[in-house]
Order: sequence, then structure tokens, then C-alpha cells
Amino acid sequence: MGSYIPNTENEQSQMLSEIGFQSMEELFGHIPDEVKVKDGLNIPEGMSELEVRKSMQKIAGKNRVFETIFRGAGAYRHFIPSIVKSVISKENLLTAYTPYQAEISQGILQSIFEYQTMICDLTGMDTSNASVYDGATAAAEGIAMCKERKRKKAMISATVLPYVLETVKTYCFGNGMELVVIPEKDGVTDVEFLKENIDKETACVYIQHPNYYGNLEDAENIGNIVHEAGAKYIMGVNPISLGVLKTPREYGADVAVGDGQPLGLSIAFGGPYLGFMACVEGMTRKLPGRIVGQTVDHNGKTGYVLTLQAREQHIRREKASSNVCSNQALCALAVSVYMAAMGNEGLANAAIQSTSKAHYLAAELEKIGFAVENKTDFFHEFVTKSETPAETALKALEEQGILGGYPLDDHRILWCCTEVNSKEEMDAVVRILKEV
Amino acid sequence: MLVFEKSRPGRGCSMLPACDVEIVLPKEKDKRELALHMPELSENELSRHYTELAKKSHGVNDGFYPLGSCTMKYNPKINEDMAALPGFTEVHPLQPAHTVQGCMEVMKETEEYLCEITGMDHMTFQPAAGAHGEFTGLLLIKAYHESRGDKKRTKIIVPDSAHGTNPASAVMAGYSVVSIPSGEDGCVDLEKLRAVAGDDIAGLMLTNPNTVGLFDKNILEITNIVHGCGGLCYYDGANLNAVMGTVRPGDMGFDVIHLNLHKTFSTPHGGGGPGSGPVGCKECLTEFLPSVLVEGEETLSFVKSEHSIGEMKSFYGNFLVVVRALTYLKTLGREGIPKASQNAVLNANYMMNKLKDLYTMAYDEVCMHEFVMSLSDLKKKTGVSAMDIAKGLLDNGIHPPTMYFPLIVDEALMVEPTETESRETLDEAIQVFRNLYEMAEKEAESLHAAPVTTPVTRLDEVGAARHPVLRYQFS
Amino acid sequence: MELREGLLYSKSHEWVKEEDGVAIIGLTDFAQSELGDLVFVNLPEEGDEVTVGEAFADVESVKAVSDVYSPVSGTVSEVNEELLDAPESINEAPYDAWFVKVTDITDKEELLTAEEYQAFVESEQE
Repeated sequence: MGSYIPNTENEQSQMLSEIGFQSMEELFGHIPDEVKVKDGLNIPEGMSELEVRKSMQKIAGKNRVFETIFRGAGAYRHFIPSIVKSVISKENLLTAYTPYQAEISQGILQSIFEYQTMICDLTGMDTSNASVYDGATAAAEGIAMCKERKRKKAMISATVLPYVLETVKTYCFGNGMELVVIPEKDGVTDVEFLKENIDKETACVYIQHPNYYGNLEDAENIGNIVHEAGAKYIMGVNPISLGVLKTPREYGADVAVGDGQPLGLSIAFGGPYLGFMACVEGMTRKLPGRIVGQTVDHNGKTGYVLTLQAREQHIRREKASSNVCSNQALCALAVSVYMAAMGNEGLANAAIQSTSKAHYLAAELEKIGFAVENKTDFFHEFVTKSETPAETALKALEEQGILGGYPLDDHRILWCCTEVNSKEEMDAVVRILKEV
Repeated sequence: MLVFEKSRPGRGCSMLPACDVEIVLPKEKDKRELALHMPELSENELSRHYTELAKKSHGVNDGFYPLGSCTMKYNPKINEDMAALPGFTEVHPLQPAHTVQGCMEVMKETEEYLCEITGMDHMTFQPAAGAHGEFTGLLLIKAYHESRGDKKRTKIIVPDSAHGTNPASAVMAGYSVVSIPSGEDGCVDLEKLRAVAGDDIAGLMLTNPNTVGLFDKNILEITNIVHGCGGLCYYDGANLNAVMGTVRPGDMGFDVIHLNLHKTFSTPHGGGGPGSGPVGCKECLTEFLPSVLVEGEETLSFVKSEHSIGEMKSFYGNFLVVVRALTYLKTLGREGIPKASQNAVLNANYMMNKLKDLYTMAYDEVCMHEFVMSLSDLKKKTGVSAMDIAKGLLDNGIHPPTMYFPLIVDEALMVEPTETESRETLDEAIQVFRNLYEMAEKEAESLHAAPVTTPVTRLDEVGAARHPVLRYQFS
Repeated sequence: MELREGLLYSKSHEWVKEEDGVAIIGLTDFAQSELGDLVFVNLPEEGDEVTVGEAFADVESVKAVSDVYSPVSGTVSEVNEELLDAPESINEAPYDAWFVKVTDITDKEELLTAEEYQAFVESEQE
């Protein structure tokens, strides 16, 4: 059995007797017998570190790690600089709690302030929070923060990631906001439907850009329609795309959210990731979660603190607009280190290479009977439709160690390319599929 | 100095090769025009920047961290190694089932361990943190009542000693909150509970041991009263570290619980996250669980519950945190898990006993894994507040206890030593607490000025909130 | 504790000044000193209805939030938006830092004079 308890049995007995107890049983003597566990817990015996290591490695070995991945759909394998792992392994940062004691938490607080600045810069928005759980919860919180007394209806495009849509539905089931799903038309948001159904009760409209199918939405036009109705405009964005695509700010968004995973976090079977949230200045106080601010200490030295805390659950309790307590601080740190290591050029380069490669693969697949369905411009994801069943195609790739695109139905596949996919890999995909 | 202030144009690291296909750029109308201002530093400068930030932070690794209700126990190193295995980190969440049998096994095995420890029937790992778990659990309660056509239940009972997330989560789930005052002994006042228990009650949220560190002996009667009026009982697992192997929430009458893997199961807090807040429930709520459950013996598969409330976030939760927790569970096992709790309780009682002649304990009886002191007498006598003592601890290399919580105790300091601290560490901390008390009596001024050895002294929080500066402004 | 003659006071520590059917409402000096440094104010909107004894605004200090209760029932005709940018004015000059003006007053709680309020505060503190 492994244990992290330093005190020996002997020391434990001494401590017990010093405070007037004969045994552990006596220390727990005030707990009523009728609720006590009788015969111990029915779980396996503990193990030595060597045994645990072997056991966990064996489990990990049952997973298949694909050298080559062309699947995105909400989780994207990008290049991660070595310095990211080095920084997030530093134990003073890794093993700290939320920075409530600012004087000994300046490192974490400053890193969050830097993260907030980078997210603002990337999205073009004025204020960022310290992050929330992931892109889907950021979307749900983004919608909730737009709720007003006289506006309790939210509209969301059907072209967002399925998990985002489902999470938003769940949150609305909780908070009672009416949710209208704007249907998809030709792979993008049905703008006519939006025009007809937006009204004075609409608090906000949420679209994703690029959307689930990789398409660029008519984001500026949609923004104008939303604002004419007096509603707030929320854009869900892939942060990598912002290296080259117009920012939510430039499209007129009031709130920008998204999943930070592509910025230096591994795909890790779905988590932990990070949700970023940024907004225009007038909405700062509606942002949920933690926010770090700059201030000075008693000697006038610059320092950082958690601020605007009276918005939060630990002070407002049932009057708080969100129950978010923690942020994903270590993931926010990873994202900051990633952006700093990549720099302006690196970010733009990752974006340009991702979209360039997606266009190359799309064109090559088109030549062999995988028709590209995207009617508008796309970023780094696209959909093909083929005679060959999706399952057959993907199985053939899998046999060659390639995780192909995500099957949307029997014949349609959602592909994704990033800067890590080489031309050689893409040519291999085409070669294999040609023979199916 | 901020990373942006260290930036010099043109510096940086080369990360990517040249593009090996024809470059495709977006149309002009879709192209970003706003300039980016990411820092430009060599890798050496960047690495030193973050080393400097790390030096200005304090983790469990740096010293004693008795932060009440946060269970800052040691974070074992093997957990990190296992969570870094490529077999876990490089797996796409939407891979075919037969290629992720290992991930499913992690979820299934962890579920089995945790259900046995808590007395629950099933568990979802999708919630990303404790508060997220609370929200999930309350939605299960809501779905349960709605499925029975019972729409009159609009209220959740929350004791006034509860953590602020409890009432906030209840409101997010569409409930109004009935706050019941705690009794003299810090426990649930049964009469007051009976008075509010009616057919408009959807459920009760409770921790046991409660937030003042005491085990509520009337727990069976409490859950009976709530069940008697048709409500369900929600267990906030924040304090599970006190009772593993001794009592199980399921046996105390709770129907749904959340756990904090980042507290009880030794995964690092990361400066505020990522955590993991799995939600367990009894059979009566299983059909409503979000996300997927793992089923099967030889070959595992994901199954969606029949009347699932949907998704709480993307994919299956903070998976790598679950990997760490499973590593810990395997290490401790059948004997180690109860021992962890026993020693957590022993360490807390040891510290309390060695301080109670000086400091006023809010409740002077056998505590569980944490205890609460009230410094209101000291403040009246010397002017030294709980905050001042906390800041004095900083100058002694100790992370302060939780301050000013629970709200029902004036000038509260809540101390949770955890089981992973040695007797010497506890003795040293006890001595520091005693010295600070003496200082408060003799030289209160110096405590008002504390801390003085930290990178900054007390910060102007009023100024920060009145005139928020929330980002660096590029010139 | 500073008081201003000519104002009426509520037991929940608001001051009221009535002029031509308009009630101007703010927080008393005692209230602001108990609350400490205020950092933000949540105000109602013009046209909102307020009700005697119910909260119509709240004020935030760094670590607390407190409701501000209406001593009258009526309609908000004007809101002092300057408080949003300068919540410190409530600490600095509580009797000038009014929150709202209320018209169409239909109900009013029993208000205290300056002397009565002073006596009330003193009795509360005992």
C-alpha cells in the first residue's frame, strides 16, 4: 500500500494520547454507529508506486495514439512548444490554490493579468476574465450574461459545435431563458430566419465563426441585424483562426468566447481545456468568474489582485449571476506561454498554414470523388460527401495509422488540417482513399 | 515587469517550418486588420520570466497550506507522470470506441472506486469543478421532479453556513433559496428544517461534516425530514476528506453528490484549476445523468442515459484530472483511503487542542478534518483581526487558513491541516500561531503592517475595484 | 456621525428629501461609514417601480454587497448616473450623493427626523 502520511503509527498513537484519545476509533466515537461503514470499503488493496505505474501504463496502452490526425470537431491537435510543458510543471504554480492571498500569489496573479491582456489583444475586445471551464461553458455563460429583465430570449445558430449547442440548452433548462435555434442553410446560419424571429425580447444572438463545418459566416451582416434589434452579439471563435481572420471586435461582437485548447493544450481525450470570455467595456461587470486587476501596495509598488469580486458567488450568493468559482488557471498559463512563444508571426503562421493545408487536402480529395460541400469560404475544416461510405474510408485510413475526419453521417466527413499535417501525410490520405 | 514590457521587436523563437503547400489567404474582407501585440522574447528570456513568476507564488510544495475547506494535501508526483502519458494526452475525444478502451477503463474504474467510497450507484465525470458539479446535481433533481409531473417544487434549502456556490448554483438551476439558520452548535436546527419542509421543496444541499468542521449527528433525521416532504438530498463533497471509510454519503440518506477530485483525491489545484467535480447519484437519478456512462466488461462502450439532462460541457470532463485521481486511488486502496481521512481528522484535532488555551474555538468539541477559530475576542482586546493574523502567517512562510468563512462565525479562521503534514510541521505552525497571539497583545501595530517579507505588501483593493485596470495597454 | 437638517431618515439608513411630490433618496453618513469604502453601485432604471421596504439598488464594497431599500413606493423619474463612475462620492459626501428621484408616490414608510434618527442609531449601537 502506498501512503503519503508522514506520521508513523507510533507517532499517531502519541498524538492521539496527547489530546486525550486512546485510539482512532475513540476519535471518531461521536459519529453515530448506524451510519458507520461496517466491513471496510470494497475496493482493491493499495499498491506500491512501481505497481501503480505499471497498472496505469497498461491502461494507457489500450488506447491507440494516432501519429496523424485529420479530425477536429472541437478538439484540435496543434504544435505545442516545449516551453509550455516546462512552465506549467513548475510546482509553485502547479500546486497553488486560487490566489486569495495576493502577497504570496503575485506570480499567478500576474500570469492571469498577462493572459487577460493577450485574450483581449487576440479577440480585439476590451476586457477578458481569467477563463472558465471550456468553450461550451463559455458559450453558455456568455449567453447568460446577456440576460436582462426585459430580454430573456436567446438565439443560437444550428451551425455551432454540437457540444456547444447541447451545453447551452442545458444551461437554459436551468436558468429559464427561452432558446431559439436558428436553422442552418447551405452550411451557414439562416440569416432570413434570424431577421424574421429576432425581436424586442431577444437578449442575444450566438454564432460560431468559423462554424462547425469550417465555413465563414456572414458575421458582419449578422452583427448589424442583431444590433438593430437592440440585442447583444456573441461570437464563438476558434482562437487559432484569429491569427489571420477578422476579430470579433471587427465584426461588431459584444462578447467573444471560445475554447482555448488549440493554443497549447493537448487534446487529452477532451480535457482539461479552457474557455475564454472577453467583452466590450460596457459589459465588464457582467462577465462571470474571476478577474485580475492591477493596483499598488502600501509602498506604491505595482501589484495584482482578484478584483470586482462583489459580482461573484462567494459574496452575492443567491444574487450572483453565475456560480463559477474557479478558473482554469494552469490552462490559462499554458495558453499565455503558447502565445508568447509563438509570437505575432507564429500565431499568424499557424493560422495560415492550417487554412492552406485544409484547402490543399480539400482540392485533392475533390479529385478522387470526395466532393467538398462547403459553398462559402472555409478556414481549416471542411465537409466532403462521397459514394464511398464514410465508415469504409475511415477504416482504411485507420489501418494505415491515420485518424481521418469525423463522420457526420454515412457519407459525409468533417475534415480538419492544422500546421502539423504535412503534405506527405495528406498525399497518403488521398492515396489510400483512391484505392477504397 | 510584465512580459509585454520585456518584449523587443524582432526577437522570438522559430517554431514552425515553411509551409509545404501553396499558401491560401482569406479574402480581404475576412482578413484581420487589427495588429497583434504578442510579446517577442527569446526562449531564454521567456523561460526566466516564468521562473520569476513561479518564485512569486506559493504552492503546497512550498510549505504548510492549512486553507480550510480546500484540502490542500500533497500532490503526488506519480500522478503527474501518469497524466503525461501520451496514451492519455494524445488521444482525440472523438476517436472510435475500440481505440479508446483505455480511457473508458479509466472512467469505469474510477467510477467504481468512487461509488464504493461514497455509496452511490453511478457517476459522471463531466463536471469540471465543484460548482459545476453542484449545478449538475441540482439539474438532476429538477429533471427528476419534472419527470414525475411535479412542478410545484421551486425551492432548495441551504443552511446559512453553506459555501456561496450552493445558493448561486440553486439559482442557476432555476430555484429560489430557503436559507435556514444553524443551531447554537453549528449544526442543522431540526425544528427550523421541519418548519420549511413542504411540498414546494425540491431538495436540500448539505455538507457533512459541515462548514464549521463538525459532524452533524442528526444526519439520518435530516435526510428523513427532506425525503418525507418529497425532496431529495444533495451532498456537497467539499469535506469528504474527513470521512472516507468511516461514513458514506449514500448511507446517510443522500441521493446525489459531487466530489472535488482536486481536494480529496490529491490532484493539484493549478492556481485555481483545472479541477474536476464528478457527480454521483443513486439509481433513481441515473436516467438523467449528463454525458455518457461506460458500460461493458471485456469491450467497453459509451452509453447515453435515457432521459439525460444533456451536456454540461464539451466531451467527458477534465479527463487528465481523473487519470491523476485514479492513480491516487490505486496507490492508497482499501486501507490507505480510510487512513488518509483518519489522519486528516487527527491532525486537525491535534492542532486545535494545542491552540485552544489561547485562541477561542468557535465550537469547542471534537472536530473533523478542520476547525474554526473566532478571533473576535482578540480583535476587541487588541485590535488585531483575523486578517492581521493571516498576514502575519505569510511572514512565517505559512499559507493562512481560510478567512472570514463560514459567515456565521465572526472573525473566522478555518484551519485544515490535511493528513500529509508531519507532526513537526504541525508543531512549528502551532508555535507560529502562538507567537502571533503574543505579538497581537504586545505589538499590534507590527501585525497591522504585515506582511513585510513578501514580494509586495498589502495591496490597495479599493483602488483596484473603483478604477479597474484589467489589462496592459499597448502604447 | 453627520446629519443634515431638513432631511428625513429611514430605519434602514436611507435619507429622503421631499420636494413638490418628488422624493430624493440616498444613503446616510452612518450607513456609508458602516459599509466602508464603496466601489460600485447598482442602480435601477428610469421608469422602474419601487416599493416601500424593498431593495431598489445595491452598493458594493471590496468584499461585501448590501441592498439599499426604498422608503417610498412610486416611480423612478431620475437616476444619478454619476455614482456609477464615482461611487466614492457616497463615502465623501453622502447627503449630496443621491441615488434616485421618485415621483407618483403612493406609499411612504414612517420616517424619522434628524434627532429621532440619531437616537435610533445610538440605541442600535448599544
